[in-house]
Amino acid sequence: MSEKLDRVAGNGLINRRHLLKLGLGGLGSALATNALSADAGLKLQIPQWSQQPGPGTSAYGSPSPFTSQIQRMAATPNPVYPGGGASRSPLQHLQGTITPNSLHFERHHSGVPAIDPAQHKLVINGLVDQPLMFSYEDLLKYPMVSKTYFLECSGNSGTLFGDTPVDGSVQSIHGLVSCAQWTGILLSTLLDEAGIKTQAKWVAAVGADGASMGRSVPLDKALDDVMVALYQNGEPIRPEQGYPMRLFVPGWEGNISVKWLTQLKLTRQASQFRDETSKYTDTMADRRSLQFTFPMGAKSLITSPSGQMSLPQKGVYNVTGIAWSGAGSIKKVEVSADGGRSWANATIESPQSDKALVRFSIAWQWDGGSAVLQSRATDSAGNVQPSRDAILAERGLISFYHYHGVQSWGINSAGEIKNVYA
Amino acid sequence: MYMPKAFKFGFLLVNAAFLLLPSSQAQTVKLGQAISESQLSDFDLVAGPDGSGFPSGSGTAKTGKAVFDVKCAACHAANGEGVSGNTRLVGGDIHSQGNPLRTVGSYWPHASTVFDFIRRAMPANAPKSLSNEEVYQVTAYVLFLNNIIDESTILNKESLTEIQMPNKDGFVDLSHLH
Repeated sequence: MSEKLDRVAGNGLINRRHLLKLGLGGLGSALATNALSADAGLKLQIPQWSQQPGPGTSAYGSPSPFTSQIQRMAATPNPVYPGGGASRSPLQHLQGTITPNSLHFERHHSGVPAIDPAQHKLVINGLVDQPLMFSYEDLLKYPMVSKTYFLECSGNSGTLFGDTPVDGSVQSIHGLVSCAQWTGILLSTLLDEAGIKTQAKWVAAVGADGASMGRSVPLDKALDDVMVALYQNGEPIRPEQGYPMRLFVPGWEGNISVKWLTQLKLTRQASQFRDETSKYTDTMADRRSLQFTFPMGAKSLITSPSGQMSLPQKGVYNVTGIAWSGAGSIKKVEVSADGGRSWANATIESPQSDKALVRFSIAWQWDGGSAVLQSRATDSAGNVQPSRDAILAERGLISFYHYHGVQSWGINSAGEIKNVYA
Repeated sequence: MYMPKAFKFGFLLVNAAFLLLPSSQAQTVKLGQAISESQLSDFDLVAGPDGSGFPSGSGTAKTGKAVFDVKCAACHAANGEGVSGNTRLVGGDIHSQGNPLRTVGSYWPHASTVFDFIRRAMPANAPKSLSNEEVYQVTAYVLFLNNIIDESTILNKESLTEIQMPNKDGFVDLSHLH
């Protein structure tokens, strides 16, 4: 290498300009000296597809057959839980910050209902001046807002509470997070139309799925930024995301953004649904359980290089990942290649908007030795993503939800990458 | 930003005209149809810990056993011990050293949740197929299996909300923080 590397932290983190200068990027990039000189015998030809017309337009597009490996990952269906379960987004294959609708993670409690929007109703009742019923067609006539928000299941990454680090990919461990532009009606608009009685303090949201999934939303949040979402990345919400409509509760655990929304009931107290008592509560070491732990913590992940990948050879790599926080926007992401002994600021490549994913990257020269890659997010409220040890110290070992500790990807001298505890 | 004076003036005028519009004119869509709570009595399944939303009817564990054996035992086993983690209804100790089993008896803070969940979501292969009477009966049976009520305790909308669950004081409500 002709140029002296500008090191920004230990074990090979280098200035971003090296990525541009060396013409490298992405997993599998090798040293400039290897990558830039083509075989002397090569004579580049016009490819076959440039010598004939291709198929014409299509009514609804689909991805290239060459990207068919980019799929959601789901566990084997459980016969005693029909329609239940989750599928995970292939974070290691995605770039930017928007999750394509077909790859947005799923979590269902009784499968995906086949809802005819002409028959679907949204009801607002309980402590209101006038209970109201809305048709889908009428809701489409309301003024709407469009916001880009992440959605994360509070069970995401929960396996990392376990004693031994699971041998997994970024998808299998952390794939219950996605990000989309959601378009819909501010819930405050619809609640105002019904007239909120002064005794009302909570809104019980109920879905039209087989489980009639219910969650209680504090009224203050409901009147703040919660929306009845009708569109996802510009098209009607997909059935697995709640077609024809879902509640969207920005920054909070995914389960509360009730899909297939059909009822909003204003109440004095929380309704104490199964999914806010038996599930989605956090049992501490002293055996008290925290309830209504809604916001998702400041979090970041390196998506490439990441678990179960391997580095083919020594050289410069583009380390890239995503970060988000339920408390605001992401201000800073730091990356370490030496297990947290030294850190460098990564470049944030995308808009830093409230409660949305950002994409970060940094250049890293792997020298063929062992390394531990980590990332650490800081949000606009000043929250710093904690280490795994700090989470365990605070929460104990029997908690399951809201894991947002620093992820460590261990790399050995063979270039194999594994989830490790560091 | 540089702007010619005349253009700037016009720009301001347009803005001022917009601001003078009554704000209601931008938000006059009100398309909700009035409906009464009695019209919603079959639709609204939310039954809360304060006793609101519970239907009439009653049941005991004695009558509930027959329903449970036919409609629930395939997944939850006849004694409620379940066939896998999430189907277990009984046992566990929240204060045990190891991983506590979080069941209705050892974890759930409100009896209302048992009724509410069974009515809306169970049996998993045919949710909402039980009558309200059967939901009271099965709720009584699940509470009986956890030694929370007697076999002959009559469960109805009044008695159900008076039940003190073993872990009722085990939760810390953090909703005020957000």
